Amino acid sequence: MAVAIVKERWTNKVLEMTIGQEPNAVKVGGDSTLPFLHFEGEMPNRPVVALEVWDMEPDNWPAILTEPFKGVLDNPVAWAKKCADYGADMICLRLNSAHPDQMDATPDEVAATVKAVAEAVSLPLIVVGCGVEEKDALILPAAGEAISGQNALLGCATINNYKTITATCMVHGHNIIATSPLDINLAKQLNILINEMNLPLSRIAMDPLVGALGYGVEYAYSIMERARTGALNGDKMLAIPMICFVGQETWKTKEAKTEDNEEWGAQARRALLWEVLTAASFAQAGGSIFILRHPESLKLFNNNIAAMMKQNS
Amino acid sequence: MELIGEHINGMFKDIREAIINKDPGPIEHWAKLQTEKGARWLDINTGPTVAKEDQPAVMEWLVKTAQAVSPLPCCLDSTNPEAIEAGLKVHRGQALINSTSADQWKMDIYFPLAVKYNAKLIGLTMNEQGVPKDAEARVALAMELVVNADMRGLPMQDLYIDPLALPANVAQDHAPEVIEAIRQIKVLADPPPKTTLGLSNVSQRCAERKLLNRTYLVMCMAAGLDSAIADVEDEMLVDAAAAVQVLLNKDIYCDAFLKTFRS
Repeated sequence: MAVAIVKERWTNKVLEMTIGQEPNAVKVGGDSTLPFLHFEGEMPNRPVVALEVWDMEPDNWPAILTEPFKGVLDNPVAWAKKCADYGADMICLRLNSAHPDQMDATPDEVAATVKAVAEAVSLPLIVVGCGVEEKDALILPAAGEAISGQNALLGCATINNYKTITATCMVHGHNIIATSPLDINLAKQLNILINEMNLPLSRIAMDPLVGALGYGVEYAYSIMERARTGALNGDKMLAIPMICFVGQETWKTKEAKTEDNEEWGAQARRALLWEVLTAASFAQAGGSIFILRHPESLKLFNNNIAAMMKQNS
Repeated sequence: MELIGEHINGMFKDIREAIINKDPGPIEHWAKLQTEKGARWLDINTGPTVAKEDQPAVMEWLVKTAQAVSPLPCCLDSTNPEAIEAGLKVHRGQALINSTSADQWKMDIYFPLAVKYNAKLIGLTMNEQGVPKDAEARVALAMELVVNADMRGLPMQDLYIDPLALPANVAQDHAPEVIEAIRQIKVLADPPPKTTLGLSNVSQRCAERKLLNRTYLVMCMAAGLDSAIADVEDEMLVDAAAAVQVLLNKDIYCDAFLKTFRS
């Protein structure tokens, strides 16, 4: 007897977002079902991966992470080119130098870096501030202006600084990352507030502030899954792609930072698996854009995605 | 909660006159207004004064006029299958047919019609013997509707069962029976059929109509009501529906929940 496949009937789909410019533009979202259920609905775009580039040399990265970028860590342009060589879909430029506890770089200084990187690589750009809300509200407008019209993805906008960042995206033709601290209600409200400033929902990516494996991965997974089922059930304000900063979370865990030892085995294998497993979990929860750090993780994660994207209908 | 805006109905004086004068103004006004107020469907009813042979043409005109100014689908409300089909032919999107009773000869007309036009269908838990007096008898007729949907290939989620609310001043004992019927209809099948109600009926010729409507809507939603034909111009009714959606964990909370319910 034939088995009838039970299919969920969703009423809504996730909006599709385009980042960057043709011919190198990247499309994400567009899902009309939960991730990888190709037999049930559409998943027109695979999850994409950006590698992280900093505008200053990181001082706390373990050796296994700095090794692949030897010689370019003090040069964002060369670093970005290296990421392109490693096969990243996008570059995620992090403006850490603007952090008041670091170099407290000015908006003009970071804007020059953003412009130089954009000119050197053709991949779509994600530009992320230093994480201090007030400072990001100053530097992201300058960064957005420097690459006006390039359809980049700027962030991270929070409830406290979204207005200036949204205005920049409107004026200079970019997309925005809306960040909220693992709280679906605040995430929805922030999307509404940004959308009310007339930035179309199709230009907002949600950042749920995920944790790494062993550091709240289940909680983030649940939040993302809830957002996605809500979206597919008709909640327009949540029907947008989700972005996961997996690299930044992974590489601060002790599992990734602890060197080779008898009990835990080789650091390189352990750390890479930590990054890839965290990303693979969130891909299952509905993540569309992944920010990783290690080029080998990028490769392994892409293998996983390629297998998951095979038709199963 | 899918609210069906009730106003484009020849029972209302302004609509009746608009139909007589072929004046699209009031139809457009109510189509737009009810869309803004949070309706998910526009009920379209020619009303009792239009002659039977004129009903198909009037239905067609009402659907076209309403959909020209509103993106919403329509709930085609008539006892005349020809009028329903005339509406279906010009309808954009997935229509909701209102309605069939649980009489087999009627179900033999309406279920195939719904399937043919990929429409949804409201089924009333009544037959030629009238409206049942208790929940059990309502549910028995609901089962007939469920069986017919299954037999005819109408997806269960496209069947909207209406257990028929009656005016509280003349049929008070029915009010709790309807609530119980809703509860039981939701476990008749998996996936379950949808449920709907002509809400304003419960307060026909009563005092404090809006209060009765709002209160009854909340009570029925808690029992599993998915949809209602209602007065969406009543802001507090729509607010209450939005609040229940949050409290039943159906809509994800956000501070702007009253607004998002309407968007």
